[in-house]
Amino acid sequence: MITLEVLKVGIVSCSGEAIPGGTLSRIACRKVLDQMRPGETVTICLPLFIAGGKEERDFASKYPTITVDGCEKLCARKSTEKLSGKPTKSLIIPDILRKHGIQPPTSLRNLRPEEKAAAQVVAEEIARTVDEVLGG
Amino acid sequence: MSGTTKKVVVLACSGIGKVYGAIARETTYELMDRVRPGVVVTICLPLLVIEDPEARQLVTDNPVITIDGCPKSCAQKSVEALGAEVARTYQAINFYKAHKELKPEGIAELDENGRKLAALAADELAQVVDELAAGEEK
Repeated sequence: MITLEVLKVGIVSCSGEAIPGGTLSRIACRKVLDQMRPGETVTICLPLFIAGGKEERDFASKYPTITVDGCEKLCARKSTEKLSGKPTKSLIIPDILRKHGIQPPTSLRNLRPEEKAAAQVVAEEIARTVDEVLGG
Repeated sequence: MSGTTKKVVVLACSGIGKVYGAIARETTYELMDRVRPGVVVTICLPLLVIEDPEARQLVTDNPVITIDGCPKSCAQKSVEALGAEVARTYQAINFYKAHKELKPEGIAELDENGRKLAALAADELAQVVDELAAGEEK
């Protein structure tokens, strides 16, 4: 019997509660997970690399992983590298916004319409990267 | 409150998979922006995961409240992993159990019930914040 395994891409989002880039990252990643690439993507809460067990720490070796960071501290990329495995791709929101000529967000909560539009642009970039990883 | 008040660090669950992570975050924002501005501060939880020196200093020098979104208790464990103490720990689901008329929904963005629940939770945590800020307990 032939078994077809559907490959999924792991997404590790910056959760940055204290920075607007973190909020943008969470919203963009959820868009990809729920609406744009459901069935092709999975996620893990970043601090589970510390608080979880072996299963959580195996995440980046089990799935090709994209990290999405909200600022230059790169917590998602560094945590994944240190505690789970080398990410396949690393996205940095300030770089994406710069590339598209979009002003950085300033809201931690209740994003303004233009910030929601920025989240959509970031989500599209993540979705494109998912396709790239799956197309390999 | 006296003039010797400390900052109180409130750390929320970082989860993007469950509604109670969002409740934890919104409760933190309510405390910081509306209920006890200038007293409550927060930091990105993942900064503790990468052992950022400033984040470590903040949780070592000030009383810390953690609000977790699931029993894995990432916020609490991330503080403890650095050898720092947590003054109070909360599970966001217990806020809902105390106010069952407000069933929250939404992960990236909370619905109205979720926002009301977080506001109530923040009001209820105000006294604890005041006690910790007054230095009654580290």
